[in-house]
Amino acid sequence: MGFVWFWLVAIMIVAYVVLDGFDLGVGMLHIFLGRTEQERQLILRSIGPVWDGNEVWLLAGGGTLYFAFPLLYASAFSGFYLALMIVLWLLILRGLSIELRMHLQLAVWRAFFDGLFFFSSLLLTVFYGAALANVIRGVPLGADGYFFLPLWTDWRVGPRPGILDWYTVVGGVVALVALEVHGALYLAVKTEGDLQERSRAVASLLSLVLFGVTVVSLIASIIARPDALSNYRSHPVLWIIPLIVLASLSGIVYGSRRRQDRKAFACSASYLAFMLAGAAVALYPRLLPSTNDPSRDITIQNALSGPHTLQVGLIWWIFGMLLAVTYFVIVYRMFRGKVSLETGAYGH
Amino acid sequence: MTALLLHRIHFAFTVTYHYLFPQLTMGLALLIVALKTIALVRRDERYNQAARFWARIFAVNFLLGVVTGIPMEFQFGTNWSQFARTTGGVIGQPLAMEGVFSFFLESAFLGLFLYGERRLSPFAHWASAFLVFLGSWISGFFIIVTNAWMQHPVAFCVLPSGMYEVTSFWALLMNPWAWLEYAHNMSGAVITGSFVMCAVGAFYVLEDQFSEFGKIFLQVGVVAGLISSITQVFPTGDLQGRYLAKHQPAAVAGMEGLFNSQRGAGIILLGQPNYEQQTIDNPLVVNNVLSFLIYGTTEAEVQGLDRVPRDQWPEPLPLLFYSYHLMAGLGTYFVLIMLIAGFLLWRARLFRSRWALWPLMLSFPLPYIANTAGWMTAEIGRQPWLAYGLIRTSEGYSKYVSAGNGLFTLIGFMGMYTVLSILFILLVYRIIQRGPESTRLVAVSPPLTVG
Repeated sequence: MGFVWFWLVAIMIVAYVVLDGFDLGVGMLHIFLGRTEQERQLILRSIGPVWDGNEVWLLAGGGTLYFAFPLLYASAFSGFYLALMIVLWLLILRGLSIELRMHLQLAVWRAFFDGLFFFSSLLLTVFYGAALANVIRGVPLGADGYFFLPLWTDWRVGPRPGILDWYTVVGGVVALVALEVHGALYLAVKTEGDLQERSRAVASLLSLVLFGVTVVSLIASIIARPDALSNYRSHPVLWIIPLIVLASLSGIVYGSRRRQDRKAFACSASYLAFMLAGAAVALYPRLLPSTNDPSRDITIQNALSGPHTLQVGLIWWIFGMLLAVTYFVIVYRMFRGKVSLETGAYGH
Repeated sequence: MTALLLHRIHFAFTVTYHYLFPQLTMGLALLIVALKTIALVRRDERYNQAARFWARIFAVNFLLGVVTGIPMEFQFGTNWSQFARTTGGVIGQPLAMEGVFSFFLESAFLGLFLYGERRLSPFAHWASAFLVFLGSWISGFFIIVTNAWMQHPVAFCVLPSGMYEVTSFWALLMNPWAWLEYAHNMSGAVITGSFVMCAVGAFYVLEDQFSEFGKIFLQVGVVAGLISSITQVFPTGDLQGRYLAKHQPAAVAGMEGLFNSQRGAGIILLGQPNYEQQTIDNPLVVNNVLSFLIYGTTEAEVQGLDRVPRDQWPEPLPLLFYSYHLMAGLGTYFVLIMLIAGFLLWRARLFRSRWALWPLMLSFPLPYIANTAGWMTAEIGRQPWLAYGLIRTSEGYSKYVSAGNGLFTLIGFMGMYTVLSILFILLVYRIIQRGPESTRLVAVSPPLTVG
C-alpha cells in the first residue's frame, strides 16, 4: 500500500508540474514575448480558462499527501514554514494578477498586474525548484520527526542548512529554465505569426541552457546527497530514467528548431515528468531524508496512514481521478486550437 | 503573546476572512442556477442577462475565495502540525476529497460557464452553471465533514503509533453532526446570497437605474431570502441547538451565559457575562424559554458551567456568549424583514415601498456578520478541544514554529488581505455601477478575462 500511495502522490505532483508548469512559464515570459497590449491579451487568454484547474492539482495533491502520509505533511509543512507561507502569498498574488488585469482599462493598472504576474510566477517557480532540492538534500530531523529551517543560514550544504543554499538555488534555477522552456513551447503551440516565432526562438535558445543546467544539477545532487544513486546502483534498469530525460531534452532542442511545436511540448512534458520520477526513485523509500541521522529519515513505512484509510482512499481516489481527467478532456477540447482575440472566440 | 495564542489567531483570522467569500459563492451559485432556470423555462432573455451580471460578481468573489482558501488547507500542516500528524488519516480524507471531487469540477465548469456561453447550447450553459453550483456545495460538504469530526468525533480508532484511523468511511461521511451543521451552514450561505441580491436590486430600484433588473433581483432575492431565513431558524438551527445541548453541554452553557444549572432556565436576550463574579450584568431574561427550547418542557433542567470542570470551560467565554447572541439576534431580524418584504412582494407593493427597500439595501453586511458569529460560536464552543474530548487545542499546534515566526506571517496575511478587500470593493462597485445592461451577449463590450 505504501508503494502504491508513494507513486500516486508522485503522479499528482507530476500532473501539477506539467500542467501548472506551462502557465507558470507563460507568466515568466509574457511581458517579454507580448510586445503590444493585444499580444499580452492573447498570451493571457491562452492560459485564462485552464490555469485555475491546473492549480487544483496542487491542492488535490496536498490533500492526498495529508491523508496518506500525515507525518510527512505535518513535519515538512511546519519545518518549511516560512517558505510555504511565501509560496501561499505568491499564489494569492498570482491568481489576482491574471484575473484582475482586464477589469480596468487603465494602462497603469494593466502594467502593474503584468509586473505582478511576472514577479509571482518567477518566484513561485524558483521556490518549487528549491523545495524539491530541499527534499533531496534532506533536513536536520529531530527525534520527534520535526524540524524547523530558516530561509537561509550560510548558504552551505552543511550540518545547519537553510531552505536556500547553493544547492537548492541550483534547483530553483533548473525549475526556472525548465518551466520557461515549457511555457514558451506552449505558446508556440497556441499562437500564430510573430508571437509564435518569438516563442519558438526563446524555447530554442533556452533549451540549450536547460541542457547545461540539467547536467550541472545532476552533478550537484550527487555532491549534496552522495547516496542519491544507491537505488540506481542496486537496480541498473532504472538508468533508463536519466536516459529518457536526455532524450526528451534532445527532443526539445530538435523540435523547437524544426518548428514541430507539439512534439517539442510533449518532450518538455516528458522531461519534467522524468526529472521528477528520477528524483522520486533516488528518494524511495524515503520521503524526507535526515541530514544528521539516517534512522530519523521520514519514510513510507513510518509516515503511512492506517490500512483502512488507505484502502477506502484508493477507491474514491481512482473514481475521483477518472472524473477529473474527464473534466480536463472536456475543457481542453473546448478551448483547443490557436487562441484569438476575436470577440466571442472565448465567449464574452 | 504565546505561540499557542498566535497560532489560534492565525487560523481564526485567515479562516474568518476566507469564509466571507465562499458564503456568497455558495449562495449566489444557487441563485444563478435559479435565474438560468427561469430563463430556460420562460425563454426570457432578461433572466439570462441577470445571470450574466451576477456571474461577473461571482467570478471576482470566487477568485478571492480560491486564493484565500489555499492557505486554509496548508495551515493544518504549517501551524497545527501535531494535530495534522495524529488525525491526518481521518480528516485528511475529506480534505483531499474536497480537492478531488469539488475543486476539479468547479474549476473546469466555471471556465465553461464564464467563457463558453457562445459555444454552448442554452441547456449546456445551464448545465455548466449547475455543475459550478454542485461543485461549490460539495466543497462545503467536505469542509463541514472535517469540522463535524472535530466537533463530534465518530468512526475512529487510535493506532499503537498514536495516529487516528478511520474505522468506517461511511460513518465518517454520515456523521449526524455533519448533516445538521451542513444544513444550517448552507441555509446561512443562501441568506448571504439573497441579501446581497436584494441589496443590489433595492439599490437599482431606489436609484431608478436598471430598475427592470432591480425588480428581478428583488423577486428572486426575497423569495430565496424568506425561505432560507426561516430554514435557518427552523428546523436547522433548532435541531442543531438540541444536538449541541446533548453532546456539548459546556458549549451551550457558555453560549447562554448559564453559570449555574437551572430548572426552568430562562433565555437571556441581552447582558454582559461577568466572568469574575460568574453572573450576567444587566440581564434581559425571558423565563423558562431555554428549558423549553432544548427539552420541550419548561420544567427541564439545563446544565450550567458549574457542572463542567474549570479546565474544560470554553474560552474566551464572553466572546462565545456575544457571538451566539449576535447570530441569534440577527437570525431573528432576517426572518422579520423577509416576512415583511415577502408580504409586500406578494401584494405587488414592494417596488413602491421605499421604506422597505431602504433596509433591504442596507442589510447586506448583516448576514456576513451572522455567519461569522455562528462559526465563532461553533469553534469557541468546542474549546478547549481541537477534537472534542480527545485532543486539546494546546496539544495540536506546531511547537517548532515560534511565536515570532507566527506573528510575522500573521501580519503578512493581514496586510495582504487589506489590499484584497480594497480591490474587491473597488471591482464589485464598478460591476454594480456599470449595471446589467452591459452584459447583453450581442453587445461588443470590452473584453474581460473572467469578470
